[in-house]
Amino acid sequence: MANDLPGDLQLLPLDALHQALGGRMVPFAGYAMPVQYPMGVMAEHLWTRAQAGLFDVSHMGQLTLAGDGAAEWLESIAPGDFKALQPGRMRYSLLLADDGGILDDLMVTFTGDHFYLVVNGATKHDDIAHMRARLPAGLTLSHMEGAALLALQGPAAVDVMRRLGVVPELPDIPAIDAMKFMSAGPYCWGAVRLGISRSGYTGEDGYEISLDAGDAAAFARALLADAAVKPIGLGARDSLRLEAGLPLYGHDLTPAIEPVEAGLSFAISKRRKAEGGFPGAARILGALLDGPARRRVGLKPEGRQPVREGALIFAGDQQVGVVTSGGFAPSVGGPVAMGYVAAPYAGDGTALAIEVRGKRLAATVVPMPFHAKNYVR
Amino acid sequence: MTRYYTEEHEWIDVADGTATVGVTDYAQGQLGDVVFVELPDAGREVTAGAEAAVVESVKAASEVYAPVSGLVVEANQALADDPSLVNSDPEGAGWFFRLNLADASELASLMDAAAYQAYVATL
Repeated sequence: MANDLPGDLQLLPLDALHQALGGRMVPFAGYAMPVQYPMGVMAEHLWTRAQAGLFDVSHMGQLTLAGDGAAEWLESIAPGDFKALQPGRMRYSLLLADDGGILDDLMVTFTGDHFYLVVNGATKHDDIAHMRARLPAGLTLSHMEGAALLALQGPAAVDVMRRLGVVPELPDIPAIDAMKFMSAGPYCWGAVRLGISRSGYTGEDGYEISLDAGDAAAFARALLADAAVKPIGLGARDSLRLEAGLPLYGHDLTPAIEPVEAGLSFAISKRRKAEGGFPGAARILGALLDGPARRRVGLKPEGRQPVREGALIFAGDQQVGVVTSGGFAPSVGGPVAMGYVAAPYAGDGTALAIEVRGKRLAATVVPMPFHAKNYVR
Repeated sequence: MTRYYTEEHEWIDVADGTATVGVTDYAQGQLGDVVFVELPDAGREVTAGAEAAVVESVKAASEVYAPVSGLVVEANQALADDPSLVNSDPEGAGWFFRLNLADASELASLMDAAAYQAYVATL
């Protein structure tokens, strides 16, 4: 099974390690990636919530943007307040099309010298083309193709990193356990240089670690040597982010969706709401003022049967929405979903029905996250 | 009682014209943690090769096909309360449904245990 994959897939820097760990490899974003290890999706999910899970997310695009005016230019393609982003801080943002549709979601970090961007794997080449087509002279956009990206997520992550001896590279940045959520800086493990942020996609405390692909296997093996760490595949990454209420690009976010209906107004910084000047500003600010016609909501189906992406949502006989992510939530102990419903049906507690294989299942609109976040603020 | 197997990783026990159907240990390993099983109601006619049940894991839904044609007489209610029986005891307590065979000659195309083991070894 492990090698039963299309031949044109790229391999992750840690491919040999995934195979050695018994990872079941599947195609994802053009890469052969582990969907699960022998422990299985359920146990991997619960392990991450209780201990620490190691994820290889090297398929994601890591970019740097340097040059005078980089912040101003970023503000022309995304709605964040990048001019106010302090060194060592990061912000969730959105790459917007001219009509305000979401081309991708991304993390933007200001190092003090340049910006470091992490974009989705499936969209990275389109993102780079989009940005290069708009890039003014004097700015340099680089794709860090030789870099790996790992995520260590879960309540034990902080102790694991401390035990491993990960230390700041510079005297004026905090110890690994003193990092604030959504902060980043240069660290090292022996001679290995690590770009670390305290962030993630699971709803747990943890770190995302950028390093040279040539160093990734040794560092990953050192993490896995800690009894608190297990390797975690894409299956549990998806169930963890779903429980945390975090949208997945290509499913919950698409070019046909603008940020306000997606529930991502927080990604439009206060100054940008006042000033506009980002792609689709008229439409997006209009949706902020008038309220969008539909909203991304959390859905709790009754009973145990999962509902999946594409399932239609009904209020009585009227179709009012569609599920964009759904599955079984191990930490909730039942099915959860998110989807878009017409605004009159988006209020918490609204009773709806979701159609699965011709049957209507009762479901209720509920606030997200489904599982409380465990971030270190 | 004779146990037959399909290339879709179902097993069928046949006794006195009634067949009990489930999925094999290999199948449950591929499916992963089973969280829900949708079973056919008693009284439903199922056709060999057509969808008869759906197994939901954390990540995905997978169809289970009827290995033989017949009239469903009983679904395993225990799976409603504990779908993980499919993982823990797939070829015993985790059975799916029983049916009255419509055409016993359909059994001739199925594998016995030795043939199924040889088939799995090729995967």
